[in-house]
Amino acid sequence: MNTLLIIAGIGIFGLFSEIFRIKKTLLPVVFLGLAAALVTTILDWNTNVTYFNNMMQVDNFSLAFTAVLIGITFLWFIVSPGFFLDETSKSDHFTLILFALTGGVLLTSFNNMIMLFLGIEILSISMYILAGSNKKSLASNESAFKYFLMGSFATGFLLFGITLVYGATGSFDLDVITTQISAGNLNSSIMLLMGILLIMIAMVFKVSAAPFHFWAPDVYQGAPTVITAFMSTVVKTAALAAFFRLFAHTFTGMADVWRTILVVISATTILIGNITAVYQTNVKRMLAYSSIAHAGYMIMAIVALNTAASSALLFYAIAYSISSIASFTILLMVSNSTGNDSIGSFHGLAKKSPFLAVMTIISMLSLAGIPPTAGFFAKYYIFVAAMENYLTPLVLIAIIGSLIGVYFYFKIIIAMFREGNEKEMQFSGTYKIVLVIAGILAVALGVFPGLITGLL
Amino acid sequence: MLSLLIFFPLIAALVTVFSGEHAKKVALVASVAEFAFSLCFFFRFDPAAGIQFVENYSWIANLGISYHIGIDGITLLLVMLTTFLVPLIILSSFNHTYKSPGLFYGLILTMQFALVGVFCAYDGFLFYVFWELALIPIYLICLMYGGKERLRITLKFFIYTLSGSLLMLVTLIYLWLQTPGTHSFDLQALYALNLSSGHESWIFWGMFLAFAIKMPIFPFHTWQPDTYVDAPAPGTMLLSGIMLKMGVFGVMRWLLPIVPAGVAEWGNLVMILSVIGVVYASCIAWMQKDFKRLIAYSSIAHVGLISAGVFSLSFQGLHGSVIQMLCHGINVVGLFFIADMIEQRTGTRKMDELGGLRTSAPIFSTYFMIIMLASVALPLTNGFVGEFLLINGIFQYDQTMAAFAGLTIILGAVYMLNAYKKISLGEVSSLTKKFAALSITEKAVLIPIVIMIFWIGIYPKPLLDISGPAVEALKLSIQTATTLK
Repeated sequence: MNTLLIIAGIGIFGLFSEIFRIKKTLLPVVFLGLAAALVTTILDWNTNVTYFNNMMQVDNFSLAFTAVLIGITFLWFIVSPGFFLDETSKSDHFTLILFALTGGVLLTSFNNMIMLFLGIEILSISMYILAGSNKKSLASNESAFKYFLMGSFATGFLLFGITLVYGATGSFDLDVITTQISAGNLNSSIMLLMGILLIMIAMVFKVSAAPFHFWAPDVYQGAPTVITAFMSTVVKTAALAAFFRLFAHTFTGMADVWRTILVVISATTILIGNITAVYQTNVKRMLAYSSIAHAGYMIMAIVALNTAASSALLFYAIAYSISSIASFTILLMVSNSTGNDSIGSFHGLAKKSPFLAVMTIISMLSLAGIPPTAGFFAKYYIFVAAMENYLTPLVLIAIIGSLIGVYFYFKIIIAMFREGNEKEMQFSGTYKIVLVIAGILAVALGVFPGLITGLL
Repeated sequence: MLSLLIFFPLIAALVTVFSGEHAKKVALVASVAEFAFSLCFFFRFDPAAGIQFVENYSWIANLGISYHIGIDGITLLLVMLTTFLVPLIILSSFNHTYKSPGLFYGLILTMQFALVGVFCAYDGFLFYVFWELALIPIYLICLMYGGKERLRITLKFFIYTLSGSLLMLVTLIYLWLQTPGTHSFDLQALYALNLSSGHESWIFWGMFLAFAIKMPIFPFHTWQPDTYVDAPAPGTMLLSGIMLKMGVFGVMRWLLPIVPAGVAEWGNLVMILSVIGVVYASCIAWMQKDFKRLIAYSSIAHVGLISAGVFSLSFQGLHGSVIQMLCHGINVVGLFFIADMIEQRTGTRKMDELGGLRTSAPIFSTYFMIIMLASVALPLTNGFVGEFLLINGIFQYDQTMAAFAGLTIILGAVYMLNAYKKISLGEVSSLTKKFAALSITEKAVLIPIVIMIFWIGIYPKPLLDISGPAVEALKLSIQTATTLK
């Protein structure tokens, strides 16, 4: 609760900083505020309280994911300031990011359909604007427009779904809905069934899983790279946490209906994401497809429906987010010095900057799921959760996906060792901080996964 | 104590990476220290006492994963092989200059860390992590220091071996889920499992493919010749000398006692594949013009014989495969070193362009002949001890198969002597006329190898005594597992 207030508070401060010409203080305030928010989140651990007439429930699940979101945003704020071309509207962008984070925090802790809707909208609307924040770029405008149109459709589906579920159960409150469903007298209710399916479509869209993933590559590629980094980490993690909260808790009683569909969605997402990524020559687009594939893996935790699943999802989200933010940071540095995002711009990187090369290797190994990185244990944990519930075929498909994944992640590693691009690169130290933190976390969590697995 | 043996190379690797120009020497000193340290284990080891130097800590408690390591007779020999070969491999690279040597030697030491770990692991998850860890340094060594085609070949190698490993991971998770209570990855818990025979078949293939690709057994060998030829010499030595043994070792420790019914069902097929591999690879080796490629194929033939010995499940077969792993490791490193020296001095690996080394470099030729004869398994060399036991074991299993497997001795002699003839005998060619004399570092590599060849060839008893009880125990656990079903 305090966390939410602090984040929204610094967001509002960001808006006013423009008016009162205290823009210079904005960044320190953001860092301090985020650190404070992180502290209040940790202090709330094990308290499990509800707020606003049971509309928000702050349990350990929500706190853990909130902490992840704040941590990743913190890293994002270290990277991003140098990359906004448009100095004048910097504070607006920061404000929008903070509002998006507010929406993300709501998504991890909602206990009411209204809160879910509010969270998704606060998050999405901020992102629509941010996707188009490079106003002079046609691609950025196209990306924002596409994201907005498709996103509004998905929001429509979500609202229809919420309405139908309300119609069937008579409540927006998740606790009431859960009891109604588990009482068993709604099992044949078409209204409830349609409601759940419509909500599912909306959520699948928001996490960019197949077959509703088509917006993601275009939007990710068109948006400024810093925004893409935020979208593929914070936004994705928040959406998956919401998806999990809703389906693995509230709708479990109806699992017979949606589980098979979601298993198929997970499998197709993994395959489509990985296979399409192989054919990309633009690294940004490749990472977009990789992020689609990772959504597929994380959906495996939702269909696993057991106690290990929430912990597995948390671990995966952390592992994926830190490696992802690291790879986008690397991409930013490389494309800033070479002028494009193609895989060719990585040529000769190993010679030019061994530091960057080592960090690339760590984050690619982690994304590909190779030990001793966090990505490996994340996949392992998700597979365990899924196999506990007899989803072995899905795990086998996921493994085929991982193998294909290795192919394109290693394409980047290999590109670094090719000849070419002798031009010197200039890096500032702040990016190195992020890369070092992400690299250490990726290895440390890979070697000592027990730090996280016992939390939930 | 044992943890230190495993982690010392990793610490040394970190030091090496930052030691710049002195990396070579630092790595050599570290690997020699590691060898000396492993000798302590060798002398303190008591063959009759089973698994020793055990360390068992909880690692990821709520998933039943522990850090459980130990050494038995089989492990000890493989660890000794690793610690013995790595200094030689490092020393053998002294006549090359590699760009960023810190990284190069650091990767070799990291590789050693993972290899020692694989052999000592008694927990399924730990085993898997070390198994995969071994892949990354060798991949980077091949990728950064390999030949012209390296980018394509190393990717094929990586994806090929990783696909096997991932199947093994799924199988291990499945086995883990079958363990009672809160689940455990401990080797003993996996041995105690009571699986239905239908499941055992699946598990057998899930695990076996990973091992078969690593060894490699026909028809999973297609990645191997290209990778061996294209990797830099030390990389090839690591791959063929030690990494290949991971596969055989995996079969012995992580396959046979866990799925005895699966082995009973499919063992015969594996035997047939292995024997086919022996004959097939020997014939291809005979046709090779490139000496390095010839050794690569001879390696497939030898490992085919080893795996046939393992799957014969007889005491002699298992025992022979342990000894032969050791001998093959030593011989193949020697052969690849010979090939590397020839390539470096003459600029070619094509045997037709060579000739007459006997006259121009008699000392070199003598070393070459000794290692070559050991590889052919001439009596009084180490190769003979292993192959004798192996063929004996296969004979107990099936006489026809033993007859075919025995061809390895004849065919091996044919292609090896043929290669020796082309390289060392005949007219001195323009390339071999000025063959530089052996340097001190080169002698320092060759002499220990030759000593080991003769020592194991003439008096193998100490090694047989060390591994004997462990092989007996392995056989016993396979038998008890079978009768339980």
